Amino acid sequence: MQGPARIAEGLLTDAARPLGFRFDGQRMQGVAGDTLASALLANGRRLVGRSFKYHRPRGIVTAGPEEPCALVDVIGAGGREPNHLATTLALYQDLVAESQNRWPSLGFDVMALNDRIARFIPAGFYYKTFMAPGWAWEPLYEPLIRHAAGLGRLDAIVGEHAALAETVHDHADVLVVGAGVAGLTAAHRLGASGLRVVLAEQDTVLGGGALLDARWAEWRETTCDALAGLPRVHCLARTTVLGAYGHGVFAALETLAGADAANLGRLRERLRIIRARRVIFATGAIERLIAFPGNDLPGVMLAGAALGYLRRYGVAVGRQPAFFLNTDQAYESVFALAGAGIERVGVIDVRSGSLAAERARVLGIEVHEGVVVEAVIGRGAVGGVRVANRDGSQRREFEADSLLISGGYCPATALASQLGAALKWQDAIAAFTPELAPAAGRVAGAARGVFGLAAAARNGEAAARVIGAELGHASLAAGLELALPPDAEATPIGALWEVQARGKAFVDLQNDVTAADVRLAQLEGYEHVEHMKRYTTHGMATDQGRIGGLVGSAVLAQARGLPLAEVGQPKARPYAQPVPLAALAGSEVRQHLKPKRRLPLHDWHEAAGASFVTTGLWLRPLVYSRQSGWQPVLREARAVRTSVGVTDVSTLGKIDVQGPDAAKFLDFIYANTFSTLAVGRSRYGIMLREDGMLLDDGTTSRLAQQHFLVTTTTANAAAVLEHIEFHLQAVCPQFDVLLSDVGDQWAQFAIAGPRSREVVTALVADLDLSGQAFPFMAASAATIAGVAGRVFRISFSGELAYELAVPARHGLQVWLAVLAAGRPFGIRPYGLDALNTLRIEKGHVTGAEMNGNTSADDLGFGRMLKPQADFIGRELSQRAGLHAPDRLQLVGVRPVNRKRRLRNGAHLVAAKARTVSLGYVTSSTPSTELEGWVGLALLEGGRHCRVQRLLASSPVHNEATEVEIVSPHMIDPENVRVRA
Amino acid sequence: MTAVPNPEPVPARADGESSGRYSGWRLLTEGLAGQRGWRRAWAKATPRPRYRVVIVGGGGHGLATAYYLASEYGIRDVAVLEKGPIGLGNVGRNTTIIRSNYFLPDNIRFYDYSLQLWEGLERRLNFNAMVSQRGTLNLFHTEAQRDLFTRRANLMRLLGVGAVRLSREAVKGMVPLVDLDNGRYPVLGGFLQPRGGTVRHDAVAWGYARAASQAGVDIIEHCEVTGMRRDARRVTGVDTTRGLIEADTICLAVAGHSSQLAAMAGLTLPIETHVLQAFVSEAIKPVLDVVVTYGAGHFYISQSDKGGLVFGGAIDGYNTYAQRGTLPVAEEVAMEAVTLMPGLARVKVLRQWGGVMDMSMDGSPIISKTPIDGLILNGGWCYGGFKAIPAGGMCTAHLIARDAAHPLAAHLDLGRFAAGRTLDERGAGPFPYAH
Amino acid sequence: MLRIRCPWCGERDETEFRYRGDASQSRPAADAGLEAFSAYVYERKNPRGWHLEWWLHVGGCRRLLKLVRHTLTHEIRWVGNAEDQASLPREPGR
Repeated sequence: MQGPARIAEGLLTDAARPLGFRFDGQRMQGVAGDTLASALLANGRRLVGRSFKYHRPRGIVTAGPEEPCALVDVIGAGGREPNHLATTLALYQDLVAESQNRWPSLGFDVMALNDRIARFIPAGFYYKTFMAPGWAWEPLYEPLIRHAAGLGRLDAIVGEHAALAETVHDHADVLVVGAGVAGLTAAHRLGASGLRVVLAEQDTVLGGGALLDARWAEWRETTCDALAGLPRVHCLARTTVLGAYGHGVFAALETLAGADAANLGRLRERLRIIRARRVIFATGAIERLIAFPGNDLPGVMLAGAALGYLRRYGVAVGRQPAFFLNTDQAYESVFALAGAGIERVGVIDVRSGSLAAERARVLGIEVHEGVVVEAVIGRGAVGGVRVANRDGSQRREFEADSLLISGGYCPATALASQLGAALKWQDAIAAFTPELAPAAGRVAGAARGVFGLAAAARNGEAAARVIGAELGHASLAAGLELALPPDAEATPIGALWEVQARGKAFVDLQNDVTAADVRLAQLEGYEHVEHMKRYTTHGMATDQGRIGGLVGSAVLAQARGLPLAEVGQPKARPYAQPVPLAALAGSEVRQHLKPKRRLPLHDWHEAAGASFVTTGLWLRPLVYSRQSGWQPVLREARAVRTSVGVTDVSTLGKIDVQGPDAAKFLDFIYANTFSTLAVGRSRYGIMLREDGMLLDDGTTSRLAQQHFLVTTTTANAAAVLEHIEFHLQAVCPQFDVLLSDVGDQWAQFAIAGPRSREVVTALVADLDLSGQAFPFMAASAATIAGVAGRVFRISFSGELAYELAVPARHGLQVWLAVLAAGRPFGIRPYGLDALNTLRIEKGHVTGAEMNGNTSADDLGFGRMLKPQADFIGRELSQRAGLHAPDRLQLVGVRPVNRKRRLRNGAHLVAAKARTVSLGYVTSSTPSTELEGWVGLALLEGGRHCRVQRLLASSPVHNEATEVEIVSPHMIDPENVRVRA
Repeated sequence: MTAVPNPEPVPARADGESSGRYSGWRLLTEGLAGQRGWRRAWAKATPRPRYRVVIVGGGGHGLATAYYLASEYGIRDVAVLEKGPIGLGNVGRNTTIIRSNYFLPDNIRFYDYSLQLWEGLERRLNFNAMVSQRGTLNLFHTEAQRDLFTRRANLMRLLGVGAVRLSREAVKGMVPLVDLDNGRYPVLGGFLQPRGGTVRHDAVAWGYARAASQAGVDIIEHCEVTGMRRDARRVTGVDTTRGLIEADTICLAVAGHSSQLAAMAGLTLPIETHVLQAFVSEAIKPVLDVVVTYGAGHFYISQSDKGGLVFGGAIDGYNTYAQRGTLPVAEEVAMEAVTLMPGLARVKVLRQWGGVMDMSMDGSPIISKTPIDGLILNGGWCYGGFKAIPAGGMCTAHLIARDAAHPLAAHLDLGRFAAGRTLDERGAGPFPYAH
Repeated sequence: MLRIRCPWCGERDETEFRYRGDASQSRPAADAGLEAFSAYVYERKNPRGWHLEWWLHVGGCRRLLKLVRHTLTHEIRWVGNAEDQASLPREPGR
């Protein structure tokens, strides 16, 4: 190509602001406003990439997000980011980009060998080979295939990638997708009438087709200015609506560029979740390619893209362009290039006698009618074209340095399809248009096949009127009264999908799918369009086949001898544009992935040196030591067994149940009875699911005749609350009961150990805590260290114990008072590990045993089920399967050799049948009082197990430990201590 | 062109020509002839009025059942009816993972049988479904989870199924993408099933269809079942959009839509239909060669041979038949992906889609006779349908041919619900939306 | 994404709610027997069409709502309180 490629002022470029960049190590210069693609073209660069399968040289094909070929790696401070589209990547100073999928260099790519052997590796070849020998797939074939596949490289495996993104929520009366002439018109009319409008445009500027037609410049500017002045209209450029999710919800990706990104701490993207009462899809139409041999050579470009490069960036994509087209609309590019001073323009028009050809001839442009391009001449770049009649006769060759093609235009139907639009074939434009149910939204402009800017404007206005009326604006505010430059009269399209001649004719440029591949799929019975797509991978690349999708369908239709309307095209799915994971994720990642729930005393625990464990959302003190191992845990647990300890149990779920029917309701919720519970007493209760399995356990206290406090386990707090709420409202609506979740309102501490009474007595003045006055399972309001609270005499550790509950804001004060009162007895705070040690020895169960598959009977609670009255789970808990002899039941286990340890998750097996699991160890700990380790296990028929010894087998630890089966109640089985 | 002789039995009744045998040699010879010598992979059969067995559903399980009926049990008078083209339901919509790491011994045995069948599948079918045993790695993040996974791995080992416990460092060595500390739920370690992996999902449907067709099964596409014919005790046939087709045995293999078909016969099933979503990214050079499951949420990921990252998350949690992706799940999956593997932050997601599944009330599948004689159900697959295709097909074929459950699938009967012998892997209870 | 019009809180995203399943069956009487309870717990009509269902507004008023929703189109035809009676729209055809 001769002379500078930048021949004019671009609408978007600023020639006064040069920007240096590098592509494949070569320094080049573009200007502000360029994309990488326009800058490369301005530098005369044609070859920019290699194709996926055959590694054929490829150039820039489009000027927008539909680009299949010009994908590059961008290398920045954060690492290498693959698969950036050169056609949408805004150029910046010192941008470093590299071509992809080639080795050793873009110019010489060893893998281009694939192109030479293409005849042996057609679509789906891998389904037919690589099967022998059987062992060879993983070590041999697969690595080869995987190495060859993939486009860009991701080298940011380690370290923090800049994942800055945020999620923004927009609410609108109307979402207008696309700011071409139709969208701008609709948005303005609706916005001027006072409706809240979000106008989303994927381009960096508003205008769509009006940007490319000089006659529309004034209209565009005036309309955009007017929109900017409407307070309830929110215009979003660089914003692609990714998906339509129903109920008026849409996701859109806003890409921040340049100054905006810099001002916001390098924020790169926003995921916009738009909730709109109505939607107008004014998404325009996408130019499509024609399949003919050589249609992938660098220098072959869509005609509309050439127009875009000229108008937007002032770049001429060739000095001697040949056009190959079949519509009058595509002549706009011809006229523009000729008008910009490109002299040697030639047109190959599939049709004969079109109005546009006539106008071209008047301008002195050479037009060949009724012919097609049969081949592209040139190796590595376009040097000319061979033209012939459609029957292949009268071959001629023409010189050209670029070939600008247009096979017509496909309305962008993806979003409308996601809302259920049927696709209707339109002969007049040789394309599908969406038929959307009116309730789902409206389609306007080129998106519904209305080509011509003035017609699109009128169509956008019509859509606005309908939507306005639906939203209570029977008449819209006046429009801008701008004259619409008239649309030229157009000759209809001469549909042409493929020129069948010798050589590869591509229908998918990125995945290297040829028309022959499509025919092979048909031949082999993959004839449904979805089968063809999957077999050939047509349309599955990053560009989603936007410029060749319908062409592939057309080739298939021809092969099947069916009308294209019947063959259809594959279903469109989100996303309209590839979306970075970071953008979908927004800011709720890493430490913000889930909210953290901290105890009221979190800071105290931390200062006291606690190690924390994450359980669900909670952070809980595990042990008050940073030292690992069991010693610190046993120190805490032994303090409880020998003197006194205190632990924070504020994470327990607490549900306040009040009302005249509260007792009756609890009788229904719990498997055991609560209506008989006296005021001032607590009772251990178990809840079942309706299928008879254990849901949860806990103590419930009767604070007054009609007032109960239910406690749940920490893990099940939310689930139990929902379970109770559901049953109250769905099953027992006749009960007069109020439920309140008071879990966060109370700080609660367990003070446990033989000296706990003395400690609590020191804190509570208004309550007689003697054994007679306040026995085991007593509950009462009390003043605790000056704070109005509650005292419960309940125990999880198996020792004499009390739980103190005070309003959360007084937690620290009371906790400190407990420590002070306990100091004479050497009180120790204890964490979750010690709590666990204590309860295992005592045979108390938690989620490890109550695992959703255990029944009340399995855990030894069978006799708690009240026989006389209904409760949740009653009927199904009686099923035979829940009482089968092979049910897993709770037992205790101890290593026979007291020096051996136990492993949670070890399976119990008989020494003579080591592959048959009889059960498994659920929890284990070194004991505070017994020698060595103790554990709980679920064992087949465990309670009646005659075998005294089994192996606890843990193959993943290469261990098998002989254990004796004992009662789960390994410490104080007569419950003497808790009643002290 | 002379095809290599076909070792499969001569087709009893294929309408079309045989697709012959596939091999590298044949690719070469066909290549020299312009790749024009291939024939349809499976014959496009037209329905006959009567079959011994009619299988409703041309997905993975239906096609596999037909193939094993013909090849293993000698029953070739079989039709597979599919309302659209075959293989476009869940077999073509999943995240392609195979594994057998389950908690219940019967489930381990069943799914490992499936894994064994996967291992020899390609040569048996003469169709390369790219069974890739690259390993499946489950990460754990709490001690309770470690104990649970230890229990599972130990049971697998007792049953002769490999499982390996990995330290944090070993996890990092195997998957450099993982950020062990990730800010919220640090990775404490992982359990690897080395024989787990992925399979090219579409190829499974096509491979079984081709082999079944070659073995004499009629695969009838675009034939929707609109009604079920029965007398007092047993089914007698199905009404279809292509007419009445009578059969001795009717097998439903339409997971996702089992309830609809069963309702035609007057049955109500312990099944709800839910959508499970999947995502695929743009193709990048290999960064991940094992299947990774995050243990502190709902996110699992692998990289396809083509280079795309394939990943998925949880179900949406409400009944739906809409085969499409939703926004809340997409956001949640992306959050977990970026948290666990920050290096993927800039990888772009291409597509999001959904498949509707039978979620059974205990989370385990159903291969069972029904209260109606002659009506067999293969369904309730929840998340496990794809990996179970070979075993599901074999065991269903066994049930049809022998009129008795296959020993490895006897536990998957419908009667287990009323009897209280449910197979609840997670202990989530009779709430499909919680499984 | 579902937008559910809670009678107490207004229109909210589905993520504020917890689905609680089919609302068309009520719990059998205490003495109804195993078969009735088994059907109540395990059997589901699972329609591909209009569905009466429970949703608990856990992120809002915590009221249990009853919805009439289409399981294919996700259209929500009706939202009421737990005790409100609702009938399913007729399906065309079948």
